[in-house]
Parts: sequence; C-alpha cells; structure tokens
Amino acid sequence: MNIDIEIERREFLKLAGIGGVVLLSEVIGRPALSLSSAGRAKDFYFLQLSDTHWGFEGAKVNPDAKGTLLKAVKEINSLKHKPDFIVFTGDLTQTTDETSVRKARMKEFKDIVSQLDAKIIRYMPGEHDASLDNGETYKEFFGETHYTFDHNGVHFIALDNVSDPKGRIGEAQLEWLKADLAKQKRDANIVVLTHRPLFDLYPQWDWTTADGAQAIDLLMPFSNVTVFYGHIHQEHHHVTGHIAHHSAKSLMLPMPLAGSMPKRTPIPWSDAEPYKGLGFRNIWSRTRASKFELAEYPINPDAKILD
Amino acid sequence: MKNKLLAFCTICGTALMLDFAQRPSVAATELPTAVVTVAAKKFTYSPQFITLKKGVPVVLKLSTEDRSHGFNAPALNLRADIEPGKVTELKVTPKTAGEYDFFCDIFCGSGHEGMAGKIKVVE
Repeated sequence: MNIDIEIERREFLKLAGIGGVVLLSEVIGRPALSLSSAGRAKDFYFLQLSDTHWGFEGAKVNPDAKGTLLKAVKEINSLKHKPDFIVFTGDLTQTTDETSVRKARMKEFKDIVSQLDAKIIRYMPGEHDASLDNGETYKEFFGETHYTFDHNGVHFIALDNVSDPKGRIGEAQLEWLKADLAKQKRDANIVVLTHRPLFDLYPQWDWTTADGAQAIDLLMPFSNVTVFYGHIHQEHHHVTGHIAHHSAKSLMLPMPLAGSMPKRTPIPWSDAEPYKGLGFRNIWSRTRASKFELAEYPINPDAKILD
Repeated sequence: MKNKLLAFCTICGTALMLDFAQRPSVAATELPTAVVTVAAKKFTYSPQFITLKKGVPVVLKLSTEDRSHGFNAPALNLRADIEPGKVTELKVTPKTAGEYDFFCDIFCGSGHEGMAGKIKVVE
C-alpha cells in the first residue's frame, strides 16, 4: 500500500465525516473509475448534485421542499476540502406548462446555488427542465445542454438525453459525440455526465435512454470511461462491459427500487427518518491511484456533515 | 372511478362485436382482428386497463385529445408515438398470459410519470 495514498484516504474519510458517508471504492469487482496516470492527470474532488426539482410541492413526500436544497448548500459549504467544481445532473426544476413559472423557478434555483462555495458550477438539464420546450428556457439560464470540458487530465462529456421529449440523444448529438471522441486517445480518461441512464435500467418505468446503446457503443472502444447520471433519484451502480454507471440521489424526493412497487411513485416522507434517501455525492478522482472514490452525503435536519 | 372504467376489450366486448360487424366477412379458419380504441390525454389513458385474449390478434387504435404522448409496453414489444389529429395503429397477438405495464414515454408535463396503464392477457 502506498503510504501517501493511505494518508490521503484517511484524510478524505475524516473530511467527509465517516458517520454520514458511504464510500465506494470498488464496483462489481473493478475500480469505480479507472484512470490513466499519464499526461496532466492530477487528483481532485468534484461534487455531483441531482434532481433538485425546485418548485416541487407535496408535503407527503417532502414537507421541507423549500429548505432541502438550502440544507445541501449549507452542508457543502461546511466541507473542509473544497471541490474543484460542482455538477448538477439535471431536473434542476420541477416542470410546469407556464413559461413564466419555469423562468421564475430557474431564477430562484440559480440564486440559491449561487451561494455554493465553489469556483465552478456545471449544469445539465433533466426532462423537467427541458422536455416541454426542447431546452429553450433552460438555455437562457444555464447555457448549452451538451458540452465538453477538461479538468486535470480528465475529459468530461455532458450528454443531453432530455431536450427531446422522447428521451433520445438524437443523431446530431451522437455525431457530435463521435467527432469529439475521435479526438481522444483510446486510453483517455473520460467521464460522461448525463441525466437519464444510458442503459436499460428499467424501461417499464422509462428508466432508459431510447438511443443510449448507440452512445455506449461509441464509448466502448475507450478503456477508461465512467458515467454519472441522475433521473432515478437513488444511488445505483451498474457496469456495461467495462463502463461503470453511477446514479445519484435526489435533493427533493426519493424514488423506490426499480420494479419494487406497482407504480413509479415517490417514497413518502417519514418523520422518524426525515430526509431519508436525499443527498449528494463527493467524488474524489484519485487519478494517480487510477480510480475514483465516491462518498455519499445524506441531508439531515441540522444541515451538518455528520461525524 | 376511472380505474374501474375497465374497457374489457376482449373479442367478446360489445364494441368489438360492432367493429367486427362492419368488417368484410373472413374465411372460417381466419381469426378476426379485434380492435381496441385507446384515447390518451394529460395524464391518463382511456381505458387504463385493457384485457386481451392470448393468441387473438388485436389492433390498438391510439389517439390523443391534447398533445403528443407515447405508448410503450416493453414486455409486449409495443411502442408508438401518439400524435394529435391522427390515429396510430399497433398490431399485437399476445403469446403469453399475464399482466403487462404500458406508459407514456414522451414527456408531457407534471403528471407524466403517473401516466400508465396495464394490459392483462388471459387464456
């Protein structure tokens, strides 16, 4: 065991707060993320927040609908180790037919998350943000719905599988993906950020992307690919070939396990266990050790990182 | 109760009998094709529960009263877009008895996630 790495790991556990955090270093017998140590790769942290559904109302599911996101902001700002960036993987707002209401929700959401102590915040749409107007309003507030960026030797690709209300990536974006990947080395460190699962997690509940298999096919030749997504409002880990897929919890309403209930309805609030199933994720890119470690942070009434 | 509006659209249903009556006669050995009419609107289908008979060919005639919706029953390999102003047909001959979910897979608004129904295939 590399002593430096073990010290870093202990420090991470300490910073994360062991009591409230679940660490995942292995996924189905393989590293959660396999990163090449070549090039400009360098260890870093980033946070994944998802499915905040700002504007949702439903006291039986979340009586603190207006306070949960604020609690997440407070928790994040109390982290001792600041993330390099934060990414929201979609469904920032609850959908509405009224454009004026949609705009108001997006503005409120943006005002709240502007309180996050982070240098960079990346956004992505979910179907609630973008499917009713093909992403037009979303773009006014948050910019493009698909894009790439590079960070410390990792190539990030944000894929939009929600602006099309049919839940497709679409031929044009797949061509764009193909062209982008053509510029990457086969052992490049690639992270895909998206909203819906790219694989058929549970098509009966629409937990899939209609043409997600085409994206996976394009990614398959690359040896170091990991996907982070949202949509299903719970932590879930899956592997297609050598590609790991990790979904994040919601910050508004938890959903049941796929197929565990007759209908796809949110899990009711429990006064005995408030905020159960709601949380965010810290991702430590241990680039030099060629893997990621994922830490899950639950929301709690005191908005504190639990020790 | 809407859920009780179970359009029991097997080949013994009255509506279907009317439909058959309007069709050209078929050879005795051929099975007639039953027709089930399904209307979609935010955020429900009418009927929400459909009963079909195993081995009997059926045409689902899908229409929408408001905007675009989807009809997706993955376990029966049935999927179609339902567009305003037109009737979309899906043909199916259920091979296995059981209950199969269908749902809207074109995002249609705040009640989209609950827009679903069930097909029951009986012996």
